[in-house]
Amino acid sequence: MNDKTVNQKAWLLVLPVLALVAFSAVIPLMTVVNYSVQDTFGNNQFFPAGLEWFEELLASDRMWNALGRQVAFSAIILAIEVPLGVFIALNMPKRGAWASVCLVLMSLPLLIPWNVVGTIWQIFGRVDIGLLGATLAELGIDYNYTQDFYAAWATVIVMDVWHWTSLVALLGYAGLQSIPDAYYQAAKIDQASRWAVFRYIELPKMSGVLMIAILLRFMDSFMIYTEPFVVTGGGPGNDTTFLSIDLVKMALGQFDLGPAAAFSLMYFLVILLVSWVFYTVMTTMDAREGRK
Amino acid sequence: MAKITLDNLAHSYLANPKGPEDYALQQLDHDWADGEAYALLGASGCGKSTLLNIISGLLRPSQGRILFDGVDVTDAPTAARNIAQVFQFPVVYDTMTVRENLAFPLRNRGADPAYIAERVASIAAMIGMEATLDRKARGLTADAKQKISLGRGMVREDVNALLFDEPLTVIDPQMKWELRTQLKSLHHDFGHTMIYVTHDQTEALTFADKVVVMHEGRVVQIGTPEALFETPAHTFVGYFIGSPGMNLLPAEIEGTTARVPGGTVQLGAAYPGLQGKVEIGVRPEYARLLPDDGSGAGLPARIRRVEDVGRHKIVRAEIDGPSGPLPVNVVAPEGAGVGLDQTRLHFDPARINVYADDWRVEGAAA
Repeated sequence: MNDKTVNQKAWLLVLPVLALVAFSAVIPLMTVVNYSVQDTFGNNQFFPAGLEWFEELLASDRMWNALGRQVAFSAIILAIEVPLGVFIALNMPKRGAWASVCLVLMSLPLLIPWNVVGTIWQIFGRVDIGLLGATLAELGIDYNYTQDFYAAWATVIVMDVWHWTSLVALLGYAGLQSIPDAYYQAAKIDQASRWAVFRYIELPKMSGVLMIAILLRFMDSFMIYTEPFVVTGGGPGNDTTFLSIDLVKMALGQFDLGPAAAFSLMYFLVILLVSWVFYTVMTTMDAREGRK
Repeated sequence: MAKITLDNLAHSYLANPKGPEDYALQQLDHDWADGEAYALLGASGCGKSTLLNIISGLLRPSQGRILFDGVDVTDAPTAARNIAQVFQFPVVYDTMTVRENLAFPLRNRGADPAYIAERVASIAAMIGMEATLDRKARGLTADAKQKISLGRGMVREDVNALLFDEPLTVIDPQMKWELRTQLKSLHHDFGHTMIYVTHDQTEALTFADKVVVMHEGRVVQIGTPEALFETPAHTFVGYFIGSPGMNLLPAEIEGTTARVPGGTVQLGAAYPGLQGKVEIGVRPEYARLLPDDGSGAGLPARIRRVEDVGRHKIVRAEIDGPSGPLPVNVVAPEGAGVGLDQTRLHFDPARINVYADDWRVEGAAA
């Protein structure tokens, strides 16, 4: 097997990449690691704290509650955006002028910066001057995202769906466009029902891009900060305080560098772990299907 | 199984066709007899696939009617026509197993499970995929996938017609022979009406009882392989069928003699009243090159090149025309010598076809 020439000088060729990665990722990350195992009373004097911050964090309700809210949020928006995006993709025109119009309209929300989206919804939902908030108030529906738990969650979720469903729809649409006409013709000849066409032709062809869409939407929603921060500021109370918002409160609001660093590391590891599990499941599923 | 009638059919992909050049399919009347195997042969873009899609109902003709056993189905959707079609590139349902793929058309029609199992087993035996029935279709090779497509097309016994749109394009040459033979024996056993689109003459001639040759949206000849070879109705048929194709020489005809560049040629019949551009066509198989015997018989010719294709040799020769040399091909049978001393070109008079404006003219007894 090992018929390749061994030449230790080859390590030299790896060095530039190693240096680049060290400066761009490893060293900044190590400063966070550094903070997470030290304590300070100010004056730039640090002393080792061991794993104290981690233990404290794991024992704190605050972190677990934020994590719970975060998981719930990601699960809800995935459960809405993926089926809705697929549904939209299936109903977009395949060719002609309307196809381009739809594509442009669908991409518009994706082009709007996060805090602008937050601002739009913050105003849109206001009970006094917002179109949505005022209308709901006129209709006698009790809606106030600054005070009510359900209203705050509904606003944040609808906002995310509004902002990001297009991404799923566009990726799904790209998957659908790659299906040759012959498949649909063959399905007609085989007298397949509309459901069977979706289940056996469209869904399998879309599954690859949908996996990417789910992964992207998961990671993005798990890291969400700006939009809920602009709209609800994490409130009412801590009801929409997701992990990022909590982390910023801890690091910048309270300037608890040690716990914040420990929090960051665990946050990072959770995302890495979930993405890794997701990726592994995805690839092994693919490989098994191919082999079987 | 049904007789398929094309009544006054024509199709244009344009909304408002102005002239004949706008039509992908020129006006056509034809009966596809029940239980016959047809091949639809022509170069790419001649309208073969258009015609096939009209029959299967994937395309609505812009003019005319289509009837199955006398019933007008012009506006009937594909599903209602009960036909099977196999496409050029394999269409399989990736996430299903081979077995589920084969059973799919039957299942969609709500057939009895026992019957489905029996049909799938016999089709699997026919396409030689019994061992892979429980594998997912996704990981299979292109040939295997196309065999599944063929199998799915043939799994229903009650179809009105089986349509094939160049189904063997992606299959290895070896396998092509085998599958073609199987299709043929299937036709023999079950007597489905089959229409097989191809641009490969060998495929068409070996598969079909009758070959329909299309050229520029028009059906130029419908006939047995033999008729296409011996009496091509149009110069395109002469050129397209045979390898190499028919030799065509411009001619002026008087009585039973044709004056061609370089001399005269004796014909087997007389052709009074010819009009337009007149040509004679001779298959390379019916032409011979002989040494000059001094009698002046035959046309003066020069050999340019000889291609040895195994059983016979193809001699590329030329004769002098009014505006430069005219190429002529001759097939020298096995064992016949070829030499530069062979300078006279002879044609078999009974095998010469005469064309006026590209269409064959029937000779009158001399």
